[in-house]
Amino acid sequence: MIHIESLTKAFGALTAVDSLSLDVSEGEVFGFLGPNGAGKTTTVRMLTSLIGPTGGRAEVNGLEIGRDDDAIRACVGILTETPGMYDRLSAEKNLTIFAKLYGVKDVVGQVGKYLRMLGLWERRGDEAGSFSKGMRQKLAIARALLHEPKILFFDEPTSGLDPEAAKRVRDFIAELKTEGRTIFLCTHNLDEADRLCDRIGIFRTRLITVDTPANLRRRLYGRKVVFHMKRIDPAWVEAVRTLPFVKEVQAVDTKLVVGLDAPEEHNPVIVRRLVEAGAEVQFVGEVRHSLEDIYLNFIRQETEGPQPVDN
Amino acid sequence: MDRILTIIDKEWAEVFKNRIVLFTIGFMPLIFTILPLAILFFSRGESVGNTDVADLPPSFRAACGSIAPADCLQIFLINQFLILFMMMPLIIPVAIAAYSIVGEKTTRSLEPLLATPITTVELLAAKSLAAAIPAIVATWACFIIFVVAAPFVGAKPVVVASIFSPVWLVAVFVAGPLMAIMAVNFAVIISSRINDPRVAEQVAAVIIVPLLGMLFGQLAGVIVLNVQFMLAAVSVILIVDVGLIYLGARLFQRETILTKWK
Repeated sequence: MIHIESLTKAFGALTAVDSLSLDVSEGEVFGFLGPNGAGKTTTVRMLTSLIGPTGGRAEVNGLEIGRDDDAIRACVGILTETPGMYDRLSAEKNLTIFAKLYGVKDVVGQVGKYLRMLGLWERRGDEAGSFSKGMRQKLAIARALLHEPKILFFDEPTSGLDPEAAKRVRDFIAELKTEGRTIFLCTHNLDEADRLCDRIGIFRTRLITVDTPANLRRRLYGRKVVFHMKRIDPAWVEAVRTLPFVKEVQAVDTKLVVGLDAPEEHNPVIVRRLVEAGAEVQFVGEVRHSLEDIYLNFIRQETEGPQPVDN
Repeated sequence: MDRILTIIDKEWAEVFKNRIVLFTIGFMPLIFTILPLAILFFSRGESVGNTDVADLPPSFRAACGSIAPADCLQIFLINQFLILFMMMPLIIPVAIAAYSIVGEKTTRSLEPLLATPITTVELLAAKSLAAAIPAIVATWACFIIFVVAAPFVGAKPVVVASIFSPVWLVAVFVAGPLMAIMAVNFAVIISSRINDPRVAEQVAAVIIVPLLGMLFGQLAGVIVLNVQFMLAAVSVILIVDVGLIYLGARLFQRETILTKWK
């Protein structure tokens, strides 16, 4: 759906996007993570044919940027970083204008459909300037969807929203995912990316890494299981360490942290060994590193070289 | 064409809700029409004699010929009012375009607009027409009001007839629209550099300076607003229009707007 080859954008001496190569499949939600000024918005602007690249090429829905710009703009939906509404016009008028600009056939029907879907129908006659930040964001999402685009670009969709409004927006994006739309999501909210995205690209002028959230965790930390016990005996640590499939063992307070490749298969064996050795296993759980840890580690690696991995 | 009409509809729906713009479009032309009518009213009557006319520029005095001194004075005054009717198509589009373009910049609504399939030529044309049409309509409407009302405030038929001279007709119906186009494109150029619509409007208002020069030149008798002068002025405006449209169109590119506009 999106194919990018060595895409580059320089503004004079400053390179904002450097040789970005990436493929996003149909129906995928792709998270594009990076710090402020990393070049995420510039990338989105290039992929939505708002600005041209200075190098490389990209195809969006089989259309070449720089050559099929009008067609690309007609088939993608974009939620810009700021909603950018016409504050003196009603919500309905705002959407009607954009529906006409996108050449929507049933303008009234589409505008009504998305006003209802996003819970704005009752306020359709109110000026957009009187809306709360969350409502404006929902209106901007409706605007991006009016022409039923197959590909959506969301630039910080929950930025500046209160938790409740952010959740509503996130839930709506999750709904769009089930409709099979391809979503390119730029976000700072790592929890949001973790929940919504099939794959994540960590980006800072260049693409640092790209993978599923689970694979990124595995690549960085491996899989670790924590066994909570009433107390720890050094002999139990040794008993576990001698098992052939155990990669590493660490005792932390009354917990035993064990590195494994296949916890589903090996956990029962470890529990049995511990019980036989006299341990009282209270419960077992997998250590799950937050996406924030992963993101920060990759960003630090990019700037400062390889980083030690904390458990 | 549908997209151009959509943008014009949007511009008018939004801009006409702005009180400052509404004042510029409605109140200012009204003042510019009432003021000359009031002066005609107070300069009517038989008390005007040859000594009053003696202060008029000699070239104008000679052109009056056998016309009565009071009528000659009124015709002279009317010719000064022509500048007011030429100011309208300059001031109104500047106000609309400044609020429209700088307004879109400050509310960040230009990017979603540029993300639609509309071409930049369509967008610039729509914004230009949305600013120029009200100016042209207001100028023409005020001209008609002036012509219709002049006899009622004491202007004699010979005075009213002078309003229908080629100079007036060229100024209102040819120079007016061309000046509106000039003002819009000038406002586009100014708006690309400024983030406050009021400042943009004030800076773009320098476009009326040449017109004020014409007014003072005429009052001093240095310039005579005849057909030759008006046609020369129209030719200059036309050349300036072409230059400003070229510059405006170059500035009004997606990439330039998103990356270079301040």
